[in-house]
Order: sequence, then C-alpha cells, then structure tokens
Amino acid sequence: MIREKHFAFLDENSKREIRRALLKAVAIPGYQVPFASRELPIARGWGTGGVQITLSLVGKGDTIKVIDQGSDESVNAVSLRSLIQETTGVSSTIHTAQATLIQTRHRIPERPLKEGQILVLQVPLPEPLRNVEPSEYKTKKLHGEADYSGVWLKMFEDIMRYGQVATDADHPVCVNGRYVMAPSPIPRFDNPKMNGSPALMLFGAGREKKIYAVPPYTKVVSLAFDDYLFQRERFAGKKCRLTGLTNVYLDELTDEKTGEVYYQTNDSSYLLEYLNREKEGETE
Amino acid sequence: MGYVAVKGGAEAIRESNLLEKYQRCRGGRSVCVDDICGNLKKLVDCVMSESSLYSPELAALAIKQAQGDPAEAVFILRAHRSTLPRLYVTTVTDTSGMQVERRISSSFKDIPGGQILGASPDFQHRLLDYDLYEETCGDARAFQEQYEEEILREIGEEKEKQTGEAGRLPRVVDYLRSQNLIPEPVLSDEAPHDITTEPLVFPSTRSIRLQILTRGMTGAVTALGYAKIRGFGISHHPNIGELRVGSLPLRIASDLSGTREEYYIGEVEATEVEIFMMEEQQEENEKSVLGIGLGYGLCFGQNEAKAIAMSVLEYSMEHPNPRDPTSDEEFVLLHIDAVESAGFISHLKLPHYVTFQSKLDRIRNIRKENSHD
Repeated sequence: MIREKHFAFLDENSKREIRRALLKAVAIPGYQVPFASRELPIARGWGTGGVQITLSLVGKGDTIKVIDQGSDESVNAVSLRSLIQETTGVSSTIHTAQATLIQTRHRIPERPLKEGQILVLQVPLPEPLRNVEPSEYKTKKLHGEADYSGVWLKMFEDIMRYGQVATDADHPVCVNGRYVMAPSPIPRFDNPKMNGSPALMLFGAGREKKIYAVPPYTKVVSLAFDDYLFQRERFAGKKCRLTGLTNVYLDELTDEKTGEVYYQTNDSSYLLEYLNREKEGETE
Repeated sequence: MGYVAVKGGAEAIRESNLLEKYQRCRGGRSVCVDDICGNLKKLVDCVMSESSLYSPELAALAIKQAQGDPAEAVFILRAHRSTLPRLYVTTVTDTSGMQVERRISSSFKDIPGGQILGASPDFQHRLLDYDLYEETCGDARAFQEQYEEEILREIGEEKEKQTGEAGRLPRVVDYLRSQNLIPEPVLSDEAPHDITTEPLVFPSTRSIRLQILTRGMTGAVTALGYAKIRGFGISHHPNIGELRVGSLPLRIASDLSGTREEYYIGEVEATEVEIFMMEEQQEENEKSVLGIGLGYGLCFGQNEAKAIAMSVLEYSMEHPNPRDPTSDEEFVLLHIDAVESAGFISHLKLPHYVTFQSKLDRIRNIRKENSHD
C-alpha cells in the first residue's frame, strides 16, 4: 500500500487543469470558469475551492498566509494552513506584506496588497444571480447576454421596501465593465479594495466548481444607483478599543465582566502590527 | 518583547482530535478492518458506491476511521481519490457478462434462466436476533465451514456440469424487445464524459447523469426516486424488469506486448436494475401508442434500493416532465452528492461573524432610517 504524500496533495494532472482554468479566468475578468473540482481532505464549504487554487499554485519558494474571518488563528485558518504546509513544507507568515500567497475567507486584509502578491478567496456561492434565478443553465445565459436586470430589480425592490439597498456581505460588483461578480461574502467594507488592486485576486468555489479572477489593476465597481449610492458598513462613532483605529472593519464584542459592548479591529495581524509599532515607538 | 498572536486555534484542534480518538477507543476495543469487511458488507458496499472507489479494504479502513459514519467515510475515500492519477480506463464492459449471484424480475412469474433469490434480507422478519449477542468467531467459522461443505460444494458441482456460459443469463428486456413492446435502443459510441476530471455544465449528458446518480448518497437517491413515483411525478408505480447482483469482469487495453491487447484486471460486484415505465410512444405514422420506457440503474456492491431509485431518476431526467422536480437535472444532480451536501451543511458550523456583522449593520441601519419616518 502506498502511503507517501504527494507534493501539494493533488496529482499533477489535476493541478495543471486548475491552472488552465485560472489562466482563462484571468483572461476574462469576472467570468466564472467551470472546473472539475476535486475532493480534498477538508469538507466542501470549508474552503475547498480556495485550497485547490492555492495547492495548484504554491511552489517551494512561496510564503503563505491563511486567514479566516480576518484572523490567522481561527480554527479553520489553522487547519487549512497546516494542510498546505504538511503537504508542501512551505513557510508561513501572519504578516500580509511578507506573504506571496494569501488564502482568505470573508476578508481582504486591511494592509494594501502589492504587485506580485496573490490573494485567493474562498467562495461558497459564486453566482451573483442565484437569488434571482435558481437554474445554472439560465444564469449562464444571462451572463452571456449581460442581462443583469434581475440584480438591478432586486436592488430597486429593496429601496421600495426598506428605503435602501438591503445587501449585506457579498454585494455584487461589475468587473472590467462586463461581468457582474459575487465578491465572495466579503463585507461591503472590502469591496473598494478590489478596484485597481495591484495584486492578483483569485476566487475558488469548490462545491459549485467555479473559478474566477480579478487581474491586477482591473476596474471593479460595486453596483449602485446614481441617487442611491453604494454604502460600506458604517461604524459611526465606534473605534477599536485597543488601537483607537476607525478606518478598519470592526468586530462587535461584549466584555464578559461589565456586559459592555466594545469594538476591536477584525484583521488580527493588522491589529498586532499596529500595537507592536506603537510599543516600539514608546521604547524609543 | 512585542505582542504575539494567540495560538488558541492550533491547540484547540489538537485537543479536539485527541478527544475524537478517545471516543473511539474508550471502550478498550478496536474492531479490525477484516471484521468490518466481513461483517459489515452492506455498509462497505454503500461507502464504495458513494465514494466511486472500489476497494473493500480501503472502504473498511475509512469506516473504522470515521467511527461508522458513512458520509464521513465517503468523504475520506473521495479525498484519497484526489491523490491518485488516472492511469488507465477500462474497456467497455458488457453487463450481460455478469456472473449473476442474485436476479429477480417482478414483471414476470417466470423468466428465462429463472428467478434467483440469492442473498437478501427481503424475506427475513426484522426481529432483533438476540443470539448475535453471544455469537463468537468460533461460531461464525463453524457455520462457514458447514455451509461451504454442504451447500456451496453441491452448487459448485452443478455449475461444473453446465457449459462455460454458467452464470450468464438472458435478459428479461430482450424478450420485450423481441415483441416490439420496448423500442430497440439507439446505440451510442460517444465516449462518456468523466465527471471527476471534466467540468459539469448544463444541460448535461446521459453519461454524466448516470455517473452522478451512481455515486449519489443512497438515502438521497432513494428519497428522490420515491418522490417521483409517489406523487411528484408519475402516479402509477413502475415495474422492475430485472434486478441483478453479481460480479462484472474489468479489462484494460494496453500496447505493452507490442500489439493492442486486453488484459483482465479483476472484477467488481455491482447491482444492476432495468425498470419499466409506462409511457406514450410515437409510432412512425405519428400516432401515439402506449408502450414501455426503460430506466437504468447500476451501482457498486449490493445496494438494491439505490439502484432501483437510480433507474427511476435516470428515466425521469431522460424523459423530462416540466412539472416533476426530479425531471430538473440541476435539482437532482447538484444535491445528491454526499461530500457536497454534507460539506455545505456542515460548513454552517464555521464562524461567520464578519458577514453577520455586515447583516447586523444593514438591519440596524434600515430600522434606524425607518424610525425617522
């Protein structure tokens, strides 16, 4: 019985097929490229699309960073990182600036990404039209004909009903003036970070078997009306309890002793770097 | 000394894994893989079928590792599959070459070659057998020896007397074809799509549908097949033309010897079902007549409910009726896979506080704005 582990788990033919799908995705920004998603030792819905992309791209010289909900240390981030490291032996970091390959779920890091970096986002539901059309065959046609009236109508109905567009995370974007794309459920706060980003952004949906991409310096516009503008989550009057930062995405937490609600920077490595810079400043 | 990240996640995972192992071992017993292979054959069959990996030993190992959870065992085997390169593809196997162990038709009292009940719990009364509490390996061995001595030897001698075609039986469906009640199939030499290496796009093809059905979750395939024949589809129930359980020989073609030759590489046990559905058929003069349509099911191992339900669903998608949910291939094919459905359902356990914060923001905002009105 063969018991050795293959480098980066997947067999080479599978990795090559995924890289081909990635090339096509980069060539057609925002277009969902179907691929024959492989099963992984982690469960569907737990990041298998992102992990397949990462495993297909990772080389021995890479430094990876894995985050889940903005944290490098949440259980799923730890679990995915150890799978990648155990099967490749590459080094990892929590520092956004030092990573060549960043796999993330639900967040784009606060520290602006650089040229040459690759951000891999895990996607549960890649189809931005799914809530207006359940059939895959039909949504594929709608994309082909750039018929996005369903999405616009949904937003218009929200305004009629609630006085504003009621999307939360995963607010749809238009990529390169052509395809409407689900940015994976990142908060609206992170949507603008995709526009003109110097880094390559790759999206993997393992269960739904789709790969798509936003190449560097691509125009990405969050859908909105001229008189109802796109709104990010607002943390008006709130700030990070540890750093006082206001221009970051915040977690809402409760102090167990006092019962008081407080806010804290969600991006844990950004928070850590900030605190350490401050501390160095004090000692100098 | 600066701040460092909390390493809670890694530690929690380590402890959780240990506790999971402790749960398996705390009775102080360990079931061996051979015991699972021998005593839990139906579970092994079900896991092999849903993983689309034929290896009783590995399936038994996965079952042990998964503490008997079939979905988890399937998950482990599917992941293992992803590490294996596709080295060969078997040549076409004609299932009429099946070495039949069991074969029944509910459509005719007697069929050419006869009904063969074979091994089945169908006519057992499902009463708890308390004697099994006391059964030892010695008891099992004694029964095995007695059965082999008294019964199997006799059957073996009888088979030897027959020709080389022993075990090969004519098909029930051929009889109805000869009477023009079932149309002759249109032969297709189109190479099947491989759902494990090619993207799934809709509308799909028959080879894709059959592959997804055969590795669908036994429970899901059975439930949807039931829905089709109970109320969300046809109102009359279909007839099993033929259900067979037996082993199929597999061969690969290779140029190793210099010329292209086929090599026998082993056999797999499978359940095969041909089901009869009443349907309207168009004759050449465009008159419609009542006829019999055929649904097909085939899966690894002995898994009869699944193979029957598969044949119903296969027919339902091959002859779609827009009113039937099971005729919508996306509805069926995208939801019956064990790894995908269990995976997505279980991912709800992952933290979602970033997106939930976004939802809260929206809800609070809408409430605040509306309270100004």
